[in-house]
Amino acid sequence: MTVLNVNGKQHEVHADPRTPLLYVLRNDLALNAAKFGCGLGQCGACTVLVDHNPVFSCLTPISALEGRYIRTVEDLGTIDKPGPVQRAFIEEQAAQCGYCIPGMMMRAQALLEKNAAPDDAQIRAAMAPNLCRCGTQMRILRAVHRAARLMTVELQGPVKEAQK
Amino acid sequence: MNAPLTTPTRRMFVATGGALVVSFALAPHGALAQAAKPNVPAQPKLPGSLGKAPVLDAWIGIGGNGGITVFTGKAELGQGIMTALIQCAAEELDVDPAAIALVTADTERTANEGYTAGSHSMQDSGTAILNAAAQVRAILIELAATRLNLTANQLHAKGGAIVADDGRSLAYKDLVLGQELHRAAQPQSPLKDPKSYTVIGKPMRRVDIPGKVTGAPMYVQDLRPEGMLHARVVRPPNYGAELVSVDIATVEKLPGVIKVVRDGSFIAVAAQGEFQAIEAMNMLASIAQWRKVASLPDEATIHQFLTRLPAQDEVIANKGSPAQQGTHVVNAAYTRPYLAHGSIGPSCAVALYKANKLTVWTHSQGVFPLRASLANMLQLRPEQVHCIHVEGSGCYGHNAADDAAADAALIARAIPGRPIRVQWMREQEHGWEPFGPAMASSVSGAIDGSGRIVSWNYAVWSNTHSTRPGGPAGNLLAAQYLARPFQPPAPKEIPLPDGGGDRNAIPLYTIPNEHVVDHFIPQMPLRVSALRGLGAYHNVFSVESFMDELALAAKADPVEFRLKHLDDPRARDVITKAAQEFGWKKGETRPRGQGRGFAFARYKNSAAYCALAVDVTVERETGEVHLGRIVAAIDSGQAVNPDGIRNQIEGAIVQSASWTLYETVTFDRTDITSRDWSSYPILRFPQAPESVTVHIIDRPGEPFLGTGEAGQGPTAAAIANAIADATGARLRDLPLTADRIKQAIGV
Amino acid sequence: MLARALLGLVIATVVAFGAFVAWQWRGELPPATASAHSFDPGIVAKGAQLAAVGDCAVCHTRAGGKPYAGGFPVETPFGVVYGTNITPDRDTGIGAWSEEAFRRAMREGVARDGAHLYPAFPYDHFTRLTDGDISALYAFLMTREQVSQPDRPPELSFPLNWRIFAAAWQLLFLDKGAWRNDPAQSAQWNRGAYLVEGVGHCGACHTPRNRLGAEARDRRFAGGEGEGWSAPALDAASPAPVPWTADQLYNYLRRGFADQHGLAAGPMQPVVADLARAPEADVRAIATYVATIIGPRDPADRKRQTDAALAFAQQRAVTVGDVTRATTGAAPADTHSAGKALFDGACATCHRSGGGLPVSRPVPLALSTPVNESDPGNLLRIVLDGIHPAPGRRGPIMPAFSGMLTDQQIVALADYVRSRYSRGPAWPNVAAALAGVRRAQTLREAP
Repeated sequence: MTVLNVNGKQHEVHADPRTPLLYVLRNDLALNAAKFGCGLGQCGACTVLVDHNPVFSCLTPISALEGRYIRTVEDLGTIDKPGPVQRAFIEEQAAQCGYCIPGMMMRAQALLEKNAAPDDAQIRAAMAPNLCRCGTQMRILRAVHRAARLMTVELQGPVKEAQK
Repeated sequence: MNAPLTTPTRRMFVATGGALVVSFALAPHGALAQAAKPNVPAQPKLPGSLGKAPVLDAWIGIGGNGGITVFTGKAELGQGIMTALIQCAAEELDVDPAAIALVTADTERTANEGYTAGSHSMQDSGTAILNAAAQVRAILIELAATRLNLTANQLHAKGGAIVADDGRSLAYKDLVLGQELHRAAQPQSPLKDPKSYTVIGKPMRRVDIPGKVTGAPMYVQDLRPEGMLHARVVRPPNYGAELVSVDIATVEKLPGVIKVVRDGSFIAVAAQGEFQAIEAMNMLASIAQWRKVASLPDEATIHQFLTRLPAQDEVIANKGSPAQQGTHVVNAAYTRPYLAHGSIGPSCAVALYKANKLTVWTHSQGVFPLRASLANMLQLRPEQVHCIHVEGSGCYGHNAADDAAADAALIARAIPGRPIRVQWMREQEHGWEPFGPAMASSVSGAIDGSGRIVSWNYAVWSNTHSTRPGGPAGNLLAAQYLARPFQPPAPKEIPLPDGGGDRNAIPLYTIPNEHVVDHFIPQMPLRVSALRGLGAYHNVFSVESFMDELALAAKADPVEFRLKHLDDPRARDVITKAAQEFGWKKGETRPRGQGRGFAFARYKNSAAYCALAVDVTVERETGEVHLGRIVAAIDSGQAVNPDGIRNQIEGAIVQSASWTLYETVTFDRTDITSRDWSSYPILRFPQAPESVTVHIIDRPGEPFLGTGEAGQGPTAAAIANAIADATGARLRDLPLTADRIKQAIGV
Repeated sequence: MLARALLGLVIATVVAFGAFVAWQWRGELPPATASAHSFDPGIVAKGAQLAAVGDCAVCHTRAGGKPYAGGFPVETPFGVVYGTNITPDRDTGIGAWSEEAFRRAMREGVARDGAHLYPAFPYDHFTRLTDGDISALYAFLMTREQVSQPDRPPELSFPLNWRIFAAAWQLLFLDKGAWRNDPAQSAQWNRGAYLVEGVGHCGACHTPRNRLGAEARDRRFAGGEGEGWSAPALDAASPAPVPWTADQLYNYLRRGFADQHGLAAGPMQPVVADLARAPEADVRAIATYVATIIGPRDPADRKRQTDAALAFAQQRAVTVGDVTRATTGAAPADTHSAGKALFDGACATCHRSGGGLPVSRPVPLALSTPVNESDPGNLLRIVLDGIHPAPGRRGPIMPAFSGMLTDQQIVALADYVRSRYSRGPAWPNVAAALAGVRRAQTLREAP
């Protein structure tokens, strides 16, 4: 048995310890956001956060995750109360098929937790591990910029933003 | 949930919000269609695809709770079609779009609108729904008039009710109590004046995005019905390989494994857990013995190989004298490689075989054609097969969606009563999906002393661009490997005006002497089918590159040169708009290494018009291309959801840039060797353009023009033209890789 | 007496220093006239090929910068030296350099203005180049795009930031003179040796350096360091389990992959990318020469070592069965169960034998050089950062495991991999090595 801390909740998981986190999230915990894309760490569709780092959940065995802090898109907000990154993606309409988007959002979240106001080149470099096939890159970039602003507003309050 | 139909000729009952109402019935040859007939003698053509199900309640249902359900035979592929269709219905029904629930492609619930392909959805389904909604509104007004004892012109629709001038109102749900909407669709509809539109033409946020960004189960990959098993297929090592032997018993002992399913050379495993299924698949693959028979041509000379194969030639344009005239003759030849759809999520399907009935949840582009092929493969009657579209990862054409559905169906039949979820692995998707075909073209053109094109000779070589399922099972991958295999049907060229390999092979330009030949090559060394744009990607790349080559010969500005040869005012408008917004200046000089390029096409010569200008920087030492500013103009007729159009064109530009600069399916003499993102690299964020701006020329009241594929061809040509401008080197073979560019530049 | 002796010593020192100052003094050479730059395209093309073999662009281009415009940080034990702008820009590049000035820099390590160049610029190798090759390189550089980008001054600690120390270094270590062919060897071997010792400057990384940063002449190709990576020995001490052959070397250098060794990673990635553009015959020649200095000399020894390594690799092949069986409850075959569990979950997907990935499919780990080196540094770097092809180019991808696995897990994984896939002794302190790699990375990322 493996105990995983996912989105702040402890889960007892009875899967083989070698099982990649992705399958446990999706099938055991019914968290659908992280997606299978390649299983090879090449596309980022499965990206989640582990201890604040963006990781490929398709290649991270649950045996490596006990006592670590796992977060998925489901932790960023809900459909009724979306978090800043989710709001940014909705407001920029930054999705086509949307399959890659949860991975994009988690990688963006990781970046913005480390760097509150990244420039375009920094965003592009940070997002490079994640692939989008629909060609939504321009909107995703805009959404990450917007998410950075929304997060700042959330931290500092709307007054400061208005002064900008 | 909806009760399934016991027979397809019965009416379908849809429960919306608790009230069970007769919604509609679909059976073109069944009782309802016949019942509809007496009202409609010698039916003239109905708008859009209304004729595919010529009864109004096949498109629109009003439930007892006032909920409005709109039915479309088209599928959401990530192109935002749900939102645009809802806008069409909301507009003509005068309701809040949020009040509308949309049901998409489902063989037991929606009209058979064929494939969601060819940028047809708005033209076909959008037009049908717009007209059906207008007719439903008229019926509602008529019903209210009777109830209120008023005339129709004293009534109007507003917010889900019919409102009388005297202030009385009747909610739609109170007007529709039975089969009031079960009426034959009419060729004429009381459509609103586009000037009065309040929903159409206004940007509307996509209805599917909130769920997609919050982890709602939106995709077929996310389905997890009770008792579901995870399955994986072991594909042969290469095309045509035969399974000689495999020790099934060893694998069936692995933890979680329920069953290994083998039928000829089709072999799959179902397990409790997904990772268990993957491990069992790996084990099966490692012990299976195959006889490899495939023989592929040499990749290095694939275009020579293809053009030497027997072809069916058709002259598709012949105007004036084919002989070259004019003072300056230019010749060129262009090629494109095989391209992969490369969906980020490998194809997936869930199937359940229970009580002699197969239900398949699929992201196929055509649930009805898929149903026909699955029925044929499994020797079932079509009505024993129910195909329901659920979104998958974007497909951009005929990818492995249908094949995954066939896999799931075969496994489900072997394990009745358990839902079976099959997802392909990355290397399976890359290796086995039907690719966009390699193509070649040659062109010769002549200009006269005044810089006008006087003659144009064009020839294009291509395999088919559609091996989609529909009817015989032979186009389903698994069906070809069964113990009693199904042969793929003979490939066919898609006829003009849409065209397949010859899509957009006839330039829209006004040229007095024009000769265009389509060389259709039936023999397919690699598995191929429809990829976004079909032949248009190559033909527009060729035609628009060549226009620049002719402009250079004529010493003319590329934008002016195009306008000089165009009569269609809408074509002229998008070109002018794109050039203006880009800041295109005639004769502007740039430092070496910097270039700009322009291109234009009207997709299929009948759908949306798209023009764009591109800035590039080419690094002389390496040949690397940096995409700068891109500005596009698009005319999709009446724009329904402008932001949806922009999203599609932005996506088309970035995707086409990736095809154009980086992509090639690779193979050796036996195997497809591009099997993942390391062997088939695509554009990543650092390579994305600096900016992409899309300007929409709205045409209120004009028919909807398909948009989804309009950007693929022009992008390729504009990039090639910009590289030529930056380096002086004209590249005619796709992809325009750094190595090819460096080679063309020289030291 | 003592005083006189002291005085004599002082005088002698002053005189010697004066003589050294006088010896080391180099005059400024006159600027080249702009009109002099018209070059035979054939010579320029030859220069391009030599520049590819020499990887000039690597050290003379900063990340994301214009080629040859300089700015790349070359780390040395004494501080950072930045590659200079060698585009023909007259003010910030070498546009004002005559061919004579360029030749003096290549042969003697002296800039046009007379300043002595730090040996991060490997003139100890370039001094071997023929006149014709120096002319060709000059022609190539002078026909590049001019880029105005001022050089970044070296960041060396006092007193090494005095250029006179470069002169002293040259006095001690610069062995000037052209390459001399070995008549006993084939023309191909001699061509390879000339390229390796000269423009290719392979020893700059693969030969250990003494305390003053000079290549140790008596330990040529005994293994050195480059950009924080260990550069494996190219002599008899080569850590490759299967002795390199000329064919394997050719595949590695030309295509970045050799099926008995693995793929190019770290600083060898750009080297290989450049060699893909060099003449095929030159890459063959380099492979031919290196094959004669690398690994055991005795053919019987080579065969024995090859057979043993391949047999071991086969015995330790990562098979689906091995990985899958662990789930069935069978006892694990070794004691590194934490490392094995991580390996089976995180690594075996790609590092098992078979499977359908033609490009990213790695060689058996037992044949991998990083697994078999005496130091775990290279393996740790690869695990932490992964391997990534240049944008838009085909090439193997290994994801970065930094952040995915904790440091403790990475240590367990490295220990397991070493014990399982190498016949070498266990690495003594992987945790310390990992901390060192992390420290170096933090320093490098700091602005």
